[in-house]
Amino acid sequence: MDTITLLLLFFSLIVMIGAAVYAAIMKDLIFATIGTSLISLALSVIFYLLHAPDVALTEAAIGVALSTIVFIIAIRNTKRYEDEK
Amino acid sequence: MRKLVIISLLLVLGYYLLDTFAGAEFGKDRKVLSNYYLEKSPSELQVANAVTAIVVNFRGFDTLGEVTVLFLAATGMGTILLRRRSKHTGLNPQRTSPEASKIVQAAGKLLFPAIMILGAYVFIHGHLTPGGGFQGGAIIATGFLLLLISYRQFKVEHKYVTWIESLAGLTFVSIGLLGIVLGPHNSFLENFLNVGTLNELTSGGVIALVYIAVGFKVAAELTGILDTLVNIRETGDID
Repeated sequence: MDTITLLLLFFSLIVMIGAAVYAAIMKDLIFATIGTSLISLALSVIFYLLHAPDVALTEAAIGVALSTIVFIIAIRNTKRYEDEK
Repeated sequence: MRKLVIISLLLVLGYYLLDTFAGAEFGKDRKVLSNYYLEKSPSELQVANAVTAIVVNFRGFDTLGEVTVLFLAATGMGTILLRRRSKHTGLNPQRTSPEASKIVQAAGKLLFPAIMILGAYVFIHGHLTPGGGFQGGAIIATGFLLLLISYRQFKVEHKYVTWIESLAGLTFVSIGLLGIVLGPHNSFLENFLNVGTLNELTSGGVIALVYIAVGFKVAAELTGILDTLVNIRETGDID
């Protein structure tokens, strides 16, 4: 594995952790959903770098597009903001 | 008494686990099966993408199970959501949300054919390049999703979706059954066509046909799910 691949891998991992923390602390659930879709995007880059292009395609199509839309539809039918307790 | 039964069952389980793993030597190369797959898929099946060879040929029965799970999920979702919808607003509700902006509409119209071609490419070339029926079907469903969210009047005819889905499933199962009748070893989903040469579109025998059927089936199922969901959002009758 050459240096550029390794750097991209670390960058994607950092993006994943950042997006996960963002999704967890965000009170606006639409933004939190965008955070989870960013996790999937970075994860599909990682799958591609680790020579699993089949899984990367699945992750990109289902994780980034379809599941995000399902979450957004659910949010629009319920509440947009997470209530303070 | 109950404890005794549990303990004896655990002992039986432990015996079988011991029996399975006792022969495994430490440090030995245990990748016999994966090496077998990697050797056989280019040489015997003439399939360039080993993942597709495993998913459709060596583990073809599991793929049938996966497709069935997706079908059941789509059916259950349609049953629950459509009943809820018809109870409140009748069978043909009008979507009430504001129309998407002109930019989204124009981009959706431009991108839709390209997404369709990409999806069809991914599942037709499943045995040559990365991807296959599931990925291509999901890509096609995203194309329909783009039209669904950009045009309010766009509707997916559930009648055609059901027909495509049923025909694709029937094709999958009949190719599998033909493998029992015509295949050299008489097993389910066995290859009975000429395998051709490696890296050509016609290589792989039935693998390409099965993955095209899977692609149509997954695309129809996911499109049906998305249409149901988007319509339930528009009528907005979840309390």
